[in-house]
Amino acid sequence: MTTPDVINLTATKRDPTFVNRLTPAGHQLYTCIQCGTCTASCPSAAAMDITPRQMWRMVQLGLEDEVLHSKTMWLCSTCYQCQARCPRGIPLTETIAKLKQIALQERIEEWRESTAFYLAFSDVMHRYGRMREVEFMARYFLSTNPLGALGYAGMGLTLLRRGKLRPELPRLRGEGRLDRLFDRVAELEGRQ
Amino acid sequence: MNYLFYPGCSMEASALEYKTSMLAVFQTLGAEVQELDDWTCCGASVAPVMSDLLGLALPARNLALAEKAGDGRQMVVGCSACYVRFQCTNAAAADRVVLERINLALEVENLSYGGTVQVRHMLDVLANDFGPGVIAAHVKRPLTGLKVAPYYGCQTVRPYSAFDDGQSPFSMVGILEALGATVYHHLREAHCCGTALLTTKSDVGLRIAGEILEAASPADCIAVVCPMCHMNLDSYQDKVSQVLGKPVKIPVLFLPQLIGLAFGLPDRALQLKRHVISADPVLARLAA
Repeated sequence: MTTPDVINLTATKRDPTFVNRLTPAGHQLYTCIQCGTCTASCPSAAAMDITPRQMWRMVQLGLEDEVLHSKTMWLCSTCYQCQARCPRGIPLTETIAKLKQIALQERIEEWRESTAFYLAFSDVMHRYGRMREVEFMARYFLSTNPLGALGYAGMGLTLLRRGKLRPELPRLRGEGRLDRLFDRVAELEGRQ
Repeated sequence: MNYLFYPGCSMEASALEYKTSMLAVFQTLGAEVQELDDWTCCGASVAPVMSDLLGLALPARNLALAEKAGDGRQMVVGCSACYVRFQCTNAAAADRVVLERINLALEVENLSYGGTVQVRHMLDVLANDFGPGVIAAHVKRPLTGLKVAPYYGCQTVRPYSAFDDGQSPFSMVGILEALGATVYHHLREAHCCGTALLTTKSDVGLRIAGEILEAASPADCIAVVCPMCHMNLDSYQDKVSQVLGKPVKIPVLFLPQLIGLAFGLPDRALQLKRHVISADPVLARLAA
């Protein structure tokens, strides 16, 4: 989404509880002084539609829709540079994970490709207890852009030849290795 | 010295050479290392996005196993993404209410975590438990004349900086010098490798990885201490060259592979042939 330089706060839907929903430490965002260290430290800031500093201000203002429809969070590579440098000590990187979590739960259509990565990883981890890189990548590309996988075919073959990839047959039936733990967590979080 | 070891998923698969070289180096140094039995995935950066509690319960499952098996032993981790998840979980578990909730989840695995396992990055153990002096004493074939660019990556030193500086890390310097190598310093030593962006947003990710490869390119090779960093810097050099509009080609070695070369360890431990960018120029330089 493109964000206008000026947002009319009177005419815009705002949710003042948004900050508090960014558990466990989102409330610390109230102390953000908008210094911009996060933006200056972010390796992907140049590719974002709103910069990290702008995003945190919008979070403070409760502009939930604008934040959740911005691609900024999906460009975070979790390098912790903004969090390490934040002069207010706000756990920014961890709070971005929470933003992704909310976007995932709301199943926002425009982020289907981004969330597919998390869902594919989680499914493989859940099923086998350990990551299977080949199946993870296959699931990700099949659920998003099967043709996009072709762009990685050459690299995949090289990795296979070097013994770096270990193809294993998927085991789709029967109990998953971490079913019990995943179910228990869902139960404790009231998702079941 | 006696440690438990959590390999994590990558060190069992794409980065198997990191595991074999690390274990061989530890053995040479006289450390006893026991792999954690029945370990499962740490959840990486994905689990905290799926749910708050899952992000803590998955690492905690392994920490609970380590606590039970460990007799107070510390747990060594080679993957920085696993390392940061264990650090975050231990930090969160310092809050008793959070720890109780984690343990409610672990009940179904018949496990309980008391919050006592100390988790150490492999680099931390090499630099601080052994140190350059001990490492130098085992060198048989010094890496004289080899210019090595250290690359620490992000999650090795952030956000906790438990053993090194989060902005200007230095742990590798003493080790590389002990091997007889020349350290090539550059401005991208603790930058992000791009992690999953190389797959999900490749235009952005390849540029980030490209900046590191470019900064390190005057060196003979790059030394890394994380499977993800290695995958991104080694396997994507063709694609990075296309994005940068100029050829990039530099071998990327795991730090224990370099140490192993200097210790004269056998090829089955180092497995240098598994890399996409051939390590032959490094070997040629050492033979010269």
